[in-house]
Amino acid sequence: MSSSSNINYMAAIKDAVIAGAISLALFGTMIGLKIEVSNQGLDILHRWDAVGIAVAIVVTGRFLMSVFVWQTQNPVTDKIAALIPDIKIDAGSEKYVKIAVVVFAFALPFILLSIFGARGSRQYVDLGILVLTYVMLGWGLNIVVGLAGLLDLGYVAFYAVGAYSYALLAAHFDLGFWICLPLAGILAGFWGVILGFPVLRLRGDYLAIVTLAFGEIIRVVLLNWYEFTGGPDGLSRIPRPTFFGLEFTRKEGFADFFGLDYSSIHRIIYMYLLILILALITNFVTMRLRKLPVGRAWEALREDEIACRSLGINTRNTKLSAFAIGATFGGFAGSFFATRQGFISPESFTFIESAVILAIVVLGGLGSQLGVVIASIVLIGGFEFFREFEEYRMLVFGLLMVLIMIWRPRGLISGRIPSVYLKEKKTVSADLVAEGEG
Amino acid sequence: MEYFLQQLINGVTLGSIYGLIAIGYTMVYGIIGMINFAHGDIFMVGSFIALMTIILLGITALTPAFILLAALLLVLVLTMVFTAVWGWTVERIAYRPLRGSFRLAPLITAIGMSIALQNFVQTSQGATNKPLQPLISGGIKVIEGIVSDRVFVVQLSYMQMIIIVTTLVLMAAFTALISKTSLGRSQRACEQDQKMAALLGVDVDRTISLTFVMGAALAAVAGLMFLLYYGVIDFYIGFLAGVKAFTAAVLGGIGSLPGAMLGGLLIGLIETFWSGYFSSEYKDVAAFSILVIVLIFMPSGLLGKPEVEKV
Amino acid sequence: MSNWQKNPILTIEHMTMRFGGLVAVNDLSFDVGRKDITALIGPNGAGKTTVFNCITGFYKPTEGRLSMNRNSGQEYLLERMPDFEIAQKAGIARTFQNIRLFGGMTVLENLMVAQHNTLMDASLFTFGGIFGISSFKNAEKQAIENAKSWLERIDLIDRADDPAADLPYGAQRRLEIARAMCTEPEILCLDEPAAGLNPNESNQLNQLLHKIREEFGTSILLIEHDMSVVMEISDHVIVLDYGEKISDGTPDFVKNDPHVIAAYLGVEDEEIEAVEEEVKKEKSS
Repeated sequence: MSSSSNINYMAAIKDAVIAGAISLALFGTMIGLKIEVSNQGLDILHRWDAVGIAVAIVVTGRFLMSVFVWQTQNPVTDKIAALIPDIKIDAGSEKYVKIAVVVFAFALPFILLSIFGARGSRQYVDLGILVLTYVMLGWGLNIVVGLAGLLDLGYVAFYAVGAYSYALLAAHFDLGFWICLPLAGILAGFWGVILGFPVLRLRGDYLAIVTLAFGEIIRVVLLNWYEFTGGPDGLSRIPRPTFFGLEFTRKEGFADFFGLDYSSIHRIIYMYLLILILALITNFVTMRLRKLPVGRAWEALREDEIACRSLGINTRNTKLSAFAIGATFGGFAGSFFATRQGFISPESFTFIESAVILAIVVLGGLGSQLGVVIASIVLIGGFEFFREFEEYRMLVFGLLMVLIMIWRPRGLISGRIPSVYLKEKKTVSADLVAEGEG
Repeated sequence: MEYFLQQLINGVTLGSIYGLIAIGYTMVYGIIGMINFAHGDIFMVGSFIALMTIILLGITALTPAFILLAALLLVLVLTMVFTAVWGWTVERIAYRPLRGSFRLAPLITAIGMSIALQNFVQTSQGATNKPLQPLISGGIKVIEGIVSDRVFVVQLSYMQMIIIVTTLVLMAAFTALISKTSLGRSQRACEQDQKMAALLGVDVDRTISLTFVMGAALAAVAGLMFLLYYGVIDFYIGFLAGVKAFTAAVLGGIGSLPGAMLGGLLIGLIETFWSGYFSSEYKDVAAFSILVIVLIFMPSGLLGKPEVEKV
Repeated sequence: MSNWQKNPILTIEHMTMRFGGLVAVNDLSFDVGRKDITALIGPNGAGKTTVFNCITGFYKPTEGRLSMNRNSGQEYLLERMPDFEIAQKAGIARTFQNIRLFGGMTVLENLMVAQHNTLMDASLFTFGGIFGISSFKNAEKQAIENAKSWLERIDLIDRADDPAADLPYGAQRRLEIARAMCTEPEILCLDEPAAGLNPNESNQLNQLLHKIREEFGTSILLIEHDMSVVMEISDHVIVLDYGEKISDGTPDFVKNDPHVIAAYLGVEDEEIEAVEEEVKKEKSS
């Protein structure tokens, strides 16, 4: 049966015309009329050519989609989708994929160094650091959202607490990175407990808005407590980490000690390896926790809170532990962020950061550690690569989030791997896994 | 006392604007149980469309009062219509394909839509502030008196009167719409049980679309009011107003229309009083703290139905 | 004197539960005998599940005293305990009318979650577990063995690694019972365990309950609609109607009680009044 014979062109045209009319209403205002502010007051700049182009794109796009995708029996999108491998890691091969990814991650900066040289590779390694920071944040949030099923829209608060703790501890007590790092993590975890305590009996969207509120409260306090946090100016001259006491300076530092020529790339690669190891620790601890009673209780909580309580599980403490551990990792990532930037201000800790981290977790596939990595690379890496299109890249970023989610509502990697098995480790289909109400 | 009254009037005005946006959140939440994060940005789009229409119609402060009011009414209608198209489109593109899917997916598309809308307006309209000269000035003096040799005036400006009256009228209209018409009945049916409603012949998709259209239209009204009251807008106003309005909706008990209005008023009052008596820097902290405290003691908000745990 | 009067494991005295103006359970008192199978029956809406929810702590009764007398002799006042402690310390486990399994977790994992408190102690509240101390490893092995023995009892050992939501209905019911048993309770509360089962499955269930009682000495309290099941397996039956107890005794006693017949079959209003008068007379005499 030929697929083209059943296409109803009239319907497609009608549909395209309607779409055109709607897009005319949409773009006719927001693109067609530009509000110009001048000394004489306000004026309108008409841009009907741009509207024409936009409407034409919508009409043709809609028509082509009708004919080639929605109405045919073998849509083009299926062919395109077939080109993209269906990432469904089965429990057996998962281990090898993981090892390969880790080895590649360790080798990456050296590969880049050999290809682009010290000067040329810098931006790529920097990008790697950024992606890994988000991987770590994603993994931290995955404990709260993916495992325990608690929707946290204010995760960035703990990132901020970690960063400021490090900066303030380093400034006031003259402590080095390696002492401040655990302290910052503990402080962030402590805040997780303090903030979590009153709110964890709230459910669903009430919890979401309260966590969002806490995130905003912390940001506003950082912004206005000028004497302590430097207000909008932030804190600067945050000490850089050392390599077993060796600083990455031109003289008598890391390069001299090892007899290398000084290059700023040393510090960058060191930073890269540092965040990689921190992220791997996060992953290791999370995987370990999943197999412990506390981790199983998290997942059980996500599946059915009432059943948990009927089995004698203290759900409040379970939720608190998820919140605190997630916050601790957020704090670690925050103090890394502070030491990498050398400067922090409240601007880095807005709601949009929380939203991006949450998007990474959900797009990657709730509870999937590998999914977080892929989503970070796609979102953050992709975002940075389109630096030239500064103006449009946030727009594209937003639309990309919508598109991926519609394409794969369960995230890029779906399916849950059991924490314990008798005979065979079988992946649980994502459709059966609950997403939690908290 | 005079100061208190003045703050009260200002607070109610701000609260009315929040309340109008909050209704959009609460209606959408009631019917499909999702946080429509893009709603604040629909409000922002509404304020831009309102400004465009005002410029195109050539309304200025010099326009005679009677014509000014008629023209503003026209602006209101046009803004509502065009903003509603945006609200409808957002639902059609980002939420409908995920209907019945798992809960976090539409939340993420909503955040994505919010980012996209903000940046779309930033690129198409520019990042600069768009100021508007006050169109309506003057007002009536509610109280005039002398306290310790200083003249105190409590003023209710015409603009504030317009905002409060419009809000009251729209609230009454919408309450009637939901409780009396067949659309309202379909809406309430979908809130209870979408599948059953569909089986009984309710067009669920259409009902949900109309809910978004109504929410967007109300946000457009709020956008116009915001523009006229504060006289300046930019592409970023949607975020904070949206978060505040959502806070208001949750505070009042999400899903409840009177709750949204009450929550809006409360948030407006808290902010205004906090700025008036303490410091304006921490007004957001005050609003959010009240939310947290209320939720700790009343986990379903002020007017929300208490959630009986089904065991 | 019957066992539940001589040796009660659970004593409920003057329990009332109100939801706003609605009185779901009114001044209810009864005893559950140690190692008995006790059935709570009554028409729909009689307040049976409410009684369960009060016993297991999901609701706090408006009035009344619920005391659990453990085999060790220790006494717990349930109305003062949060729900999870009732399962953890007082030794009361339950199942639900609409099965509440952890659907996305495997059958084995469901049983492991039920042994949470034992494993939590063995893992030294996670701190030891994270470093893989040997006592935790042993405890975990033991927990898996325990789970395995339960899977054999409920005939689900071949499906141990399948997600719980994939099981057929009857198997889900059995798994929920096994999961409750993994918390090592002294009273097992079952909310309509036979609902939706076919006669064959219903029969298996009866055997399982008998096995549980014989092997572990667990007292069983169950809510049931199916009279044949109730009459066959229970030692003691309590009948509720409109939140009040209308009969309490052995299955034979209850079967012939006119109040029960009236409540189940329905009688004319006058007859009820006549019956009520009789009751009053009995009470006053």
